Amino acid sequence: MHNKTLTELAAGLRSKQFSSVELTQTFLGRIGRHETLNAFITVCEDGAIRQAHAADQLLATGQAAPLTGIPVAQKDIFCTLGTKTSCGSKMLDNFIAPYSATVVEKFERAGSVMLGKLNMDEFAMGSSNETSFYGVAHNPWDTCCVSGGSSGGSAVAVAARLTPVATGTDTGGSIRQPAAFCGITGLKPTYGRVSRYGMIAYASSLDQGGPMARNAEDAALMMQVMAGFDSKDSTSVDQPVPDYSAGLNDSLQGLKIGLPKEFFTDQLDGNIAAVIQTAIAEYQKMGAEIKEVSMPNLKLAIPAYYVIASAECSSNLSRYDGVRFGYRCQSPQDLADLYTRSRGEAFGAEVKRRILMGTYALSAGYYDAYYLKAQQVRRLISDDFKRALSEVDVLMGPVSPGTAFRIGEKTSDPIQMYLEDIYTIAINLAGLPAMSIPAGFFDDMPVGLQVIGNYFSEPKLLNIGHRYQQVTGWHLQIPKGFE
Amino acid sequence: MSLTASDVKKIAHLARLGIEDQQIESYANDLSSMLDLMTQMGQADTAGVAPMAHPLDQMQRLREDVVTETDQRDRFQSVAPQTEAGLYLVPKVID
Repeated sequence: MHNKTLTELAAGLRSKQFSSVELTQTFLGRIGRHETLNAFITVCEDGAIRQAHAADQLLATGQAAPLTGIPVAQKDIFCTLGTKTSCGSKMLDNFIAPYSATVVEKFERAGSVMLGKLNMDEFAMGSSNETSFYGVAHNPWDTCCVSGGSSGGSAVAVAARLTPVATGTDTGGSIRQPAAFCGITGLKPTYGRVSRYGMIAYASSLDQGGPMARNAEDAALMMQVMAGFDSKDSTSVDQPVPDYSAGLNDSLQGLKIGLPKEFFTDQLDGNIAAVIQTAIAEYQKMGAEIKEVSMPNLKLAIPAYYVIASAECSSNLSRYDGVRFGYRCQSPQDLADLYTRSRGEAFGAEVKRRILMGTYALSAGYYDAYYLKAQQVRRLISDDFKRALSEVDVLMGPVSPGTAFRIGEKTSDPIQMYLEDIYTIAINLAGLPAMSIPAGFFDDMPVGLQVIGNYFSEPKLLNIGHRYQQVTGWHLQIPKGFE
Repeated sequence: MSLTASDVKKIAHLARLGIEDQQIESYANDLSSMLDLMTQMGQADTAGVAPMAHPLDQMQRLREDVVTETDQRDRFQSVAPQTEAGLYLVPKVID
């Protein structure tokens, strides 16, 4: 049951092969057995069974929606009414969300069952899930290795078959990199495509929620639920939602693939490069044409990102002041002490670094040199993409410079960790959609292929992912012990 | 560029962020490395380039000024550390 796709699960529910309660119990059982992976922060056992019963009744009346009765798990960044929403932080360890995120409501309306809330880097700041207040999520392919981050718990849960699908969010690579590290399919949609309402803010001009699944077909079904205009999100884009599954099987004959030469430098592990080249050759066999493109400003993406993301984070996280919700320090002496100590005691080191960095970049006398400059560089990077995507249909490259690294290997040097995101970060600055799909292995660890498209080209990306998954079996590999 | 311990103290004060004294040096080092990384932006000629605040250069949407939310004070205050008579409590500000 736990290895079936969403389409197979929906069919099984309709033909009474199994009930939603049985399906939910299967996944809850697996979550319990593999607790040591630390994929979940909160498991919603009672709520899930209740939702599953309701789904079974709906299925019996024949009024079920495509996802009715199918279990999903939410990244703990999405507010869930009545359920703890921690965002991986001590600051929100006691926070029971008083409302639900639009994404969560959409899954509820679609009839799905929420298994629980998934582990993540604190406030989505990290590339390894090691900054989580709840501890690291372990990579099921090698539990001594990181899951990637920030949507680490989501990637682990999908890869280990603890849930059929999960949600993630991506500010600088947080869906794509853990998807690559854990061998699953992850799509970061166009900025504004999925509502950010109730999705706890890190860097608002970059944050975007998206699906994490075992294949492109399932990701398409999730996009159908998640995408759409939301008046409650002021940056939500009012554009019609296409049918994400309709074009999955379209031919790739004549598809123009651009390879940014800046992606294929010495910084990329040769073994990873070989896997990517093999994947690209597969596309050539399907009739795609390859063209080298150049994006000269790509190398400035990391510095620009860390200015913009830190600046926005310092502003967004100023709401955590110990007054209205979240952590409050013991016996504050005065208001200043209440603010300073509540924040100091409840934020972890990485969050503090970014708040300090952002506060500095925005402070009087430095604004032009850092924040304004970064926003100008952001335009240059975005223009690079525009130029490249006017010559080709999509861009392809690696997701990450290497495979999942060992837990603790990069924690001592934050800059080293930032460089992990070199291939993913520029896409967020430009606001483009991009996907990571399993493309092979190196040293028994999964490698992801990144496919980057133009604005609102999610159907094309899913088509490109799906066709590849029809002729390769990388996405069908299951980590040992989780079959 | 490098930041000193006293720079870090000043920034931490601006951010109302408590930092342990023995940690200040390490934050100063990390922030200095981050600033070194950021100075790479100087390589780009950005004269006359319009800053990009939104990936799709979208403008802020406006709507009619109508009530869309109902009063949910009790629910929202149920997650507050300390309230009294519908108000949030903080330590005394004025003697």
